[in-house]
Amino acid sequence: MNEKYETHEHDVLIIGAGGAGLRAAVEALNQGASVGVVCKSLLGKAHTVMAEGGIAAAMANVDAGDNWRTHFCDTMRGGKFLNNWRMAQLHAQEAPDRVRELEQWGALFDRTESGDIMQRAFGGHSFKRLCHVGDRTGLEMIRTLQDRGVSMGIDVYMECTVTRLLKDGDRIAGAFGYWREQGRFVLFKAKSIVIATGGIGKAWKITSNSWEYTGDGMALAYEAGAELMDMEFVQFHPTGMVWPPGVQGILVTEAVRGEGGILRNRLGERFMEKYDPKKMELSTRDVVARSIYTEVREGRGTEHGGAYLDISHKPADYVKRKLPGMYHQFKELADVDITSGPMEVGPTCHYVMGGIRVDAESTQASIPGLFAAGEAAAGLHGANRLGGNSLSDLLVFGRRAGAAAAKHAKETATPTLDAAQVEEAAREILAPFERRDGEGPYEIHRELENTLQSLVGIYRNEEDLNRALTEIERLNERASRVRVEGSRLFNPGWHLARDLKSMLTVAECVTRCALARKESRGAHSRLDFPEYDAAWGKKNNIIVRDGAGMTLRQIPVREMPEELQQLLADQK
Amino acid sequence: MAEAVLAVFRGTREGGTPVDYRVPIAPGMVVLDALHYIQGHLAPDLAVRWNCKAGRCGSCSAEVNGRPRLTCKTRLDSLPTDKTITVAPMKTFPLIKDLVTDVSWNYQVNKKIPAFSPRPGTDWKMSQADVDRAQEFRKCIECFLCQDVCHVLRDHQKQEHYAGPRFFVRVAGLEMHPLDNLSRIKSIKDQMGIGFCNITKCCTEVCPESIHITDNAIIPLKERVVDQFYDPLVWIARKFRRSGGT
Repeated sequence: MNEKYETHEHDVLIIGAGGAGLRAAVEALNQGASVGVVCKSLLGKAHTVMAEGGIAAAMANVDAGDNWRTHFCDTMRGGKFLNNWRMAQLHAQEAPDRVRELEQWGALFDRTESGDIMQRAFGGHSFKRLCHVGDRTGLEMIRTLQDRGVSMGIDVYMECTVTRLLKDGDRIAGAFGYWREQGRFVLFKAKSIVIATGGIGKAWKITSNSWEYTGDGMALAYEAGAELMDMEFVQFHPTGMVWPPGVQGILVTEAVRGEGGILRNRLGERFMEKYDPKKMELSTRDVVARSIYTEVREGRGTEHGGAYLDISHKPADYVKRKLPGMYHQFKELADVDITSGPMEVGPTCHYVMGGIRVDAESTQASIPGLFAAGEAAAGLHGANRLGGNSLSDLLVFGRRAGAAAAKHAKETATPTLDAAQVEEAAREILAPFERRDGEGPYEIHRELENTLQSLVGIYRNEEDLNRALTEIERLNERASRVRVEGSRLFNPGWHLARDLKSMLTVAECVTRCALARKESRGAHSRLDFPEYDAAWGKKNNIIVRDGAGMTLRQIPVREMPEELQQLLADQK
Repeated sequence: MAEAVLAVFRGTREGGTPVDYRVPIAPGMVVLDALHYIQGHLAPDLAVRWNCKAGRCGSCSAEVNGRPRLTCKTRLDSLPTDKTITVAPMKTFPLIKDLVTDVSWNYQVNKKIPAFSPRPGTDWKMSQADVDRAQEFRKCIECFLCQDVCHVLRDHQKQEHYAGPRFFVRVAGLEMHPLDNLSRIKSIKDQMGIGFCNITKCCTEVCPESIHITDNAIIPLKERVVDQFYDPLVWIARKFRRSGGT
């Protein structure tokens, strides 16, 4: 078999080269493991570059009263207590050290008067907590991690897609994939695999996510038999661009509101006074997204069906310095000068709180040797993620995943690759070339995007969700007969045909979990069950593969120890 | 509905030619939208790199009407749509297919740059004024348009001896980091070949992040090279030290 396909062997294989994947790689290298990183794009292009506002870490550089306890409480409250408390605790405790580490590796954050890392306000955070670089924090982070990894001699397999995880009995043995450029197959043999593939937003029509965000990691883990958790919780960021059509969904950073931006409807009313008079524009994302959606639905939307977001009351120089990306984005793509007038914004599919179920300390999934970190993993954010908690998540759990994966590799014998699994993977990926009839993947993808956008959006109900399931089943059937034209040489139609399979899998997971959860909580809003339900508040949804079908069950939310319960009670 | 005609290069290293595609124009449409329309409706195997579609990742570089641009930031209404719009791959890099080129050389060059090395015992305090200068260079999204347009690489193929504007920007970011403690000046002169740059500023003109590549990165680095290696007083002093037999 090794003669047949190009084969690489590593202790730790990391799938995904965004913040979580690169941080995991750096840590695993630190532990002396041999590390390979596979990514679908060129190195440094992962979606982490789109993160704008900052990294949440209770460093108390600006607000001296901040500490990990408050960050922990904010995260749990934002997540409506569905979070894995241990992950929320580790995250709040370790984030400051992870930020300092970035600085020691060359990151240049904005500074306070006294020369420390600057921090800004963000929705749901009690203090000014987001360490940032203007509105391009993610770029700074990924470049810093990339440079660190490169200087340590990291092996990166760029523009390579993994299509299947390979197992040796119950444990992880490696992965099968193809080079996007030439279309040749490639085998990876590894004792540990870290999934750091990010989210699923490309399955929705209006999204801030790039083409890479097709839920590959979750689908790979699911296919391999791992458990997924809380997939119903999809975050719609309140502020995406709405006009012109080509830019619909592109992210408008929460930092605009963090820096004092005000939301108004068509009538000029500051409508957040109605929905959250205390936190106003800096309420949590689920609340702000629903508020904008409601204003538009009730006829108070802007010309293009959004809300106005205005920062023009701040001095022009200040806006250009703190939000340079937004200034240029609106000027160049929408002919709007945000220093003199409002932006038009509306909700855009942004993030999934659910994902692969992992152990808090080690990030290990329910398969020995399989780990997951970042957006691909579930648990930290519960029912709704606070802005800024994603970048810190990538650093804290990326590092933990790298360390645990390296440790696992040290303690494990070299696995054997199973030729039958490899041949099956190769057959599957080539099948679309061999079909004489069947349709291309683009139209199926468009229909999936429209289905999820209209039936599995911000507000849901049983009828819509059932219709979505029927639709997904129909699309699955069409996708199983998809045909691609052209050769294997850098063929986006072929690539999409494979990504489509992942998207359909995660779309079904989201819809099934959303149907099951008969309550509204965080980012999951049911019109037919508009209230919290105490019983559902103590349950996480778990999905696992059962033959060709999905099995859904509920497990109790992990019980918090006394002292943390007390902490939450005290900080009310 | 109004239409635009795009002549998109189709082909591989073995050869190729521009192919015309008619695309309906929507308000605010960018060239990348048009390419996606072509993929989705007319040519499913059209090879294009892209990611964020928001000018932040630097993946979708190409030459639009002969000018190196990010296709996600090039609006159709900024181009004369009564004429055919040409979209071609970056010329400086070897072609893979259609608009996708082999940019791996850049990653090889990058590996040779010595990493950030902080001063021992630093207290990690920096003022914003000191950070400003290096932050400009860290805005780079690695679209490689500056590399594409630079005639030292594009016309004279000095890839063996010359790192190109992108990496002078990267080194400038390190050299001007307030807490970095390493000098990369010798390697800028010897390995990176900064002397080949004759300051035509083409790189600055195409930079989508408006980094003042020539004025703020390359010229100051050239000055440092001159100060260290060509300053006549330093040169004489060095001679003396050497002849002094130490």
